[in-house]
Amino acid sequence: MPGKLKVKIVAGRHLPVMDRASDLTDAFVEVKFGNTTFKTDVYLKSLNPQWNSEWFKFEVDDEDLQDEPLQITVLDHDTYSANDAIGKVYIDIDPLLYSEAATVISGWFPIYDTIHGIRGEINVVVKVDLFNDLNRFRQSSCGVKFFCTTSIPKCYRAVIIHGFVEELVVNEDPEYQWIDRIRTPRASNEARQRLISLMSGELQRKIGLKVLEMRGNAVVGYLQCFDLEGESGLVVRAIGTACTLDKLSSPAALLPACNSPSREMKEIPFNEDPNPNTHSSGPSTPLKNQTYSFSPSKSYSRQSSSSDTDLSLTPKTGMGSGSAGKEGGPFKALLRQQTQSALEQREFPFFTLTAFPPGFLVHVGGVVSARSVKLLDRIHNPAFVGIMGNTRSYKLLDWNSFNSDEPETRDAWWAEIRQEIKSHAKALGCHAVVGYSESTSICEEVCILSASGTAAVLNPRFLQDGTVEGCLEPRLEENLPAGCGFCHIPYDELNMPFPAHLTYCNNCRKQKVPDVLFTTIDLPVDATVIGKGCLIQARLCRLKKKAQAEANATAISNLLPFMEYEVHTQLMNKLKLKAMNALFGLRIQITVGENMLMGLASATGVYLAALPTPGGIQIAGKTPNDGSYEQHISHMQKKINDTIAKNKELYEINPPEISEEIIGSPIPEPRQRSRLLRSQSESSDEVTELDLSHGKKDAFVLEIDDTDAMEDVHSLLTDVPPPSGFYSCNTEIMPGINNWTSEIQMFTSVRVIRLSSLNLTNQALNKNFNDLCENLLKSLYFKLRSMIPCCLCHVNFTVSLPEDELIQVTVTAVAITFDKNQALQTTKTHAEKLLQRASTDNEELLQFPLELCSDSLPSHPFPPAKEHLESASSNSGIPAAQRATSVDYSSFADRCSSWIELIKLKAQTIRRGSIKTTVTVEKASPMGEGNFRNRSAPPCANSTVGVVKMTPLSFIPGAKITKYLGIINMFFIRETTSLREEGGVSGFLHAFIAEVFAMVRAHVAALGGNAVVSYIMKQCVFMENPNKNQAQCLINVSGDAVVFVRESELEVVSAQQPAANCQPSCPGGEVTT
Amino acid sequence: MTSELDIFVGNTTLIDEDVYRLWLDGYSVSDAVVLRVCSGILEQTGATAAVLQSDTMDHYRTFHMLERLLHAPPKMLHQLIFQIPPSRQALLIESYYAFDEAFVREVLGKKLFKGTKKDLDDISTKTGITLKSCRRHLDNFKRVFKVVEEMRGSLVDNIQQHFLLSDRLARDYAAIVFFANNRFETGKKKLHYLSFGDFAFCAELMIQNWTLRAIDSQVDDMDMDLDKEFLQDLKELKVLVADKDLLDLHKSLVCTALRGKLGVFSEMEANFKNLSRGLVNVAAKLTHNKDVRDLFVDLVEKFVEPCRSDHWPLNEY
Repeated sequence: MPGKLKVKIVAGRHLPVMDRASDLTDAFVEVKFGNTTFKTDVYLKSLNPQWNSEWFKFEVDDEDLQDEPLQITVLDHDTYSANDAIGKVYIDIDPLLYSEAATVISGWFPIYDTIHGIRGEINVVVKVDLFNDLNRFRQSSCGVKFFCTTSIPKCYRAVIIHGFVEELVVNEDPEYQWIDRIRTPRASNEARQRLISLMSGELQRKIGLKVLEMRGNAVVGYLQCFDLEGESGLVVRAIGTACTLDKLSSPAALLPACNSPSREMKEIPFNEDPNPNTHSSGPSTPLKNQTYSFSPSKSYSRQSSSSDTDLSLTPKTGMGSGSAGKEGGPFKALLRQQTQSALEQREFPFFTLTAFPPGFLVHVGGVVSARSVKLLDRIHNPAFVGIMGNTRSYKLLDWNSFNSDEPETRDAWWAEIRQEIKSHAKALGCHAVVGYSESTSICEEVCILSASGTAAVLNPRFLQDGTVEGCLEPRLEENLPAGCGFCHIPYDELNMPFPAHLTYCNNCRKQKVPDVLFTTIDLPVDATVIGKGCLIQARLCRLKKKAQAEANATAISNLLPFMEYEVHTQLMNKLKLKAMNALFGLRIQITVGENMLMGLASATGVYLAALPTPGGIQIAGKTPNDGSYEQHISHMQKKINDTIAKNKELYEINPPEISEEIIGSPIPEPRQRSRLLRSQSESSDEVTELDLSHGKKDAFVLEIDDTDAMEDVHSLLTDVPPPSGFYSCNTEIMPGINNWTSEIQMFTSVRVIRLSSLNLTNQALNKNFNDLCENLLKSLYFKLRSMIPCCLCHVNFTVSLPEDELIQVTVTAVAITFDKNQALQTTKTHAEKLLQRASTDNEELLQFPLELCSDSLPSHPFPPAKEHLESASSNSGIPAAQRATSVDYSSFADRCSSWIELIKLKAQTIRRGSIKTTVTVEKASPMGEGNFRNRSAPPCANSTVGVVKMTPLSFIPGAKITKYLGIINMFFIRETTSLREEGGVSGFLHAFIAEVFAMVRAHVAALGGNAVVSYIMKQCVFMENPNKNQAQCLINVSGDAVVFVRESELEVVSAQQPAANCQPSCPGGEVTT
Repeated sequence: MTSELDIFVGNTTLIDEDVYRLWLDGYSVSDAVVLRVCSGILEQTGATAAVLQSDTMDHYRTFHMLERLLHAPPKMLHQLIFQIPPSRQALLIESYYAFDEAFVREVLGKKLFKGTKKDLDDISTKTGITLKSCRRHLDNFKRVFKVVEEMRGSLVDNIQQHFLLSDRLARDYAAIVFFANNRFETGKKKLHYLSFGDFAFCAELMIQNWTLRAIDSQVDDMDMDLDKEFLQDLKELKVLVADKDLLDLHKSLVCTALRGKLGVFSEMEANFKNLSRGLVNVAAKLTHNKDVRDLFVDLVEKFVEPCRSDHWPLNEY
């Protein structure tokens, strides 16, 4: 599909003064795409030029459309000397290439200069006309949608979830080219920005091709990262999950038969044949009316190269055998066999998703992770450097010719790690890995590659169109009651991969569950949780001798297992201290520096009703018969017990007493739990498996035999809980809170501390690091105090070690307010609470039950009778919602008292608010204010810039996402040679991050959107040289541009009856409906 | 362990009004921290001093970045860097341009560009306003003055349009600009008892009645300068004193107009000749710039003081 790209430059405003004499600017604009450049006229002597140019038209290939950014340069015309650049705007036109996304990009863009930052704004209109072209050999993948969101996007329905897609491209970093010595920093930065933009465009196109190959039409959970390897180059890599998505056209229309089984059967499961190359013909999918044939891509050569390390898997079987076996065998085996057959034909049965459609996740095994230490070496690409040195145009790069061996090396590294992950999952009796992610940490020439995910057993229904599911499904639902199914162990009880203590599920009493569960995914929506969750972090530093190359790599890989072990122990202890039994969203980050290694694990702890009650922590001294010591120990023990009790109260953990459970004994029977299987391999051959189960020791007993252990215990107790009114978690939503109001505040906070180089010990280091993180959190709580009651969601910590004695911590999170009065009243009888929670969870599950119905119903293509059976199991849809309303009425009386309180409280806050500010008023009555704001918004929008919300979550509380406009993926470099004048490092970075936010918002607004969801700051590399008064920073952000509509606007009823807002029970209902 | 870098950037720019106030009042970060500690915020929130320090620094940095935009408020409205709700923006601008009357009283009518700067120190010590805050005040006056100086149309409207100020504040600025432009002497000891509000009231009346536009609204000229012709006409008023008949006529007209409205009517009637002479003499001299500047001094000397000496309970201008 070649296309015509049309660009119009309308006007500029707030331009900087370029001519000192007149205090004005003679500005003109260069519009460049590929190798074609157009210019506007010079608009003389104005800081607000009105160019109103003609339409500049570029006729280009769709391949270029995908790869190239549109480059707009604003210059100051100078008659006698060279024209001065004011700044640039890069516009990614990818969103214009999908049929349903944006149709035009139009708006004010900040003009950005890598030295001066934002310098005024420019108004641009961009359009694309695509011509249909049925060229089967095309290299582009226009039309494949990309989502950063790690769940099925809200206004879509997953028809099939195909699986893992990955790709990487490598290039030399322009910063390290010889030419960099003679060009200006600006030119160098711009070369880098442009190159990365080009590379990510290409990467996306290539991933798109793979998706088309799999017969998918979208990539969900797309995660693109840059590895700045310095001398050895620049790697851009991406992973994602290929899916076939259907747009939910009208959420209100309930069309259970819209996806008839006959149509599903027509679709060919992509894994019918493992090799797409021979996939020359077949019945067409409804979406694409052509067949694709490609020359073998690198992934296949890699597959063969990795086959030697391939662990012997069950023989690959086609779908035929899977369905043939449906008559015989126990149900579970059949299910397994089927899933197996579906998954094992995939090279890597990985999913980057962290939240799933209901019923997708059958069992969760536990966290699997793998790390590998590699030496970055130029030896891998001897020819490459020479050629690149002379190549000035990056577009000339053809990955398939001269430098094809370079990505191969990186590919092989990753393939190796993925293979390991796969085998770990297998050891846990799982066939798939969900919540999968990859990361790197680079210091000089050493690189740690990490991958982690959660081993799981999946329901094959979504992986292919099963003709067998009609008979499997109802039985599956019978076997797996709501809310606990995923906790049940996937592995064989008699043949456990590690020593584990199993009990019968507290919920259904039929299946075995482990006593602790660690996962990297979000809390499944149907999970039954008691109380609230909280952010749990394990922090660790280890000193390391400075070393070179090989020796360094060896030292690091020797340290890694110990770090993993300690991080794990810390997590476990902190979890116990919180009286919780499961971790979600676990992310362990190991960062390598010159002279130390840092480990930071973040997760959200919850109490799963299905899992047994955690025991306490018992301290045991090593030296008995010492009176004072004993006393000390018992004192500590008391403190720990107190903390546990306090935490139970704080997080409202009061599980029902279960008679047959042996609670009460201070030391529960020996339970040994470790779901963490991992290994380090330094140079690929040696794979050491580390058993984290602490041998035969009881994990709950902390032995204090030296000062180190003492420190550990102390550090356990020093973690301060957030101030009242605050909750924090690193998952999408806070377990146990479900009455979000609409106020959100996304933020990024960065801290760098310098360690005193004297007497650095592990303990001192640990303490410093711990303090850094704790203080950072405290600061956040303080700053956001006006939002109380609120919850910090998706708290994402990133640690880097930019220099010897510097530790940098970057946090991005979103604060969301919630209705406290509603939260309080959930403290009812347990049964009611469960019911309530089940219903609210169901509502939350997909924010919009109406949509949910049309979403879930069509996806069960079985007879209505069976469907009824399934819904009776309370898993989805209308029945649950109905029950919710009945619960509301039954507890009506209980709420009356809290109304009065609420009204009193409201009156107070409003009174205070009216004196102080408008913002406090907003806080006082979120719903009422929401309506008010909505009404007042339109007039404001005319006069000022439209508000663009940003959030790392996949949803916007109290609003409905109506359209996805495309992916935002931006990379910026900012450099300064006048650091002091710009307010030092803090001033410099503060301004830069504010500018990055501004540019993201401007792009979203230009696409016609009003929010960014799944926003993530993937990289924030900051380097300073205070002596030279210089600093440089690189930031990479991404997210999904969306259009959202406030639910209050959607619902005419609620808008017409503002009185209803006073009732505490109603806002919640309205928000979630 | 020292903190090298410590920042917080919100998608919606976080503004703490208390800290903004402290910043506007010209306190340094450390002073502001001390003041905040004194306000008992630590006890309320359970935060530590370090947290407060970092928070204050952060806000100061934000304000510093915002200051550039505050200098041209319409820019604030269209800028993309800081996402601030419109109500907040208005509040920021309004507080930035709000001023301390004690300070204005000191510089009112003075030439804003020369001389006053070195006096700032004195003013600062005299009024108890920090030097930084004094400078901001003065810079605001200068900025407004410079922008509207050459502009046509209503002074208040111009100020409102270019600085997005509230009506009241814009009027005050109009008065300041008007005084500065005409360089009315207000610093004499005799005038000390008059507040800024009194002068602002006078300025408004003068703008309405004495300027070019007041005479002929078609002449869309500045509100800033006094109408020369009008001043010339005032010279003619001398006849009111010189000619006995006219004096009587004038007296009877004024008396009719004021009868019943004035508590001290009889005293006024008795002293009319003196008072009238004083006023007319002041008015007649206004064609000279020097005398224009001394308008208020003269008025007080020739009109208000005689009245006061007669123990009039209130000043009627």
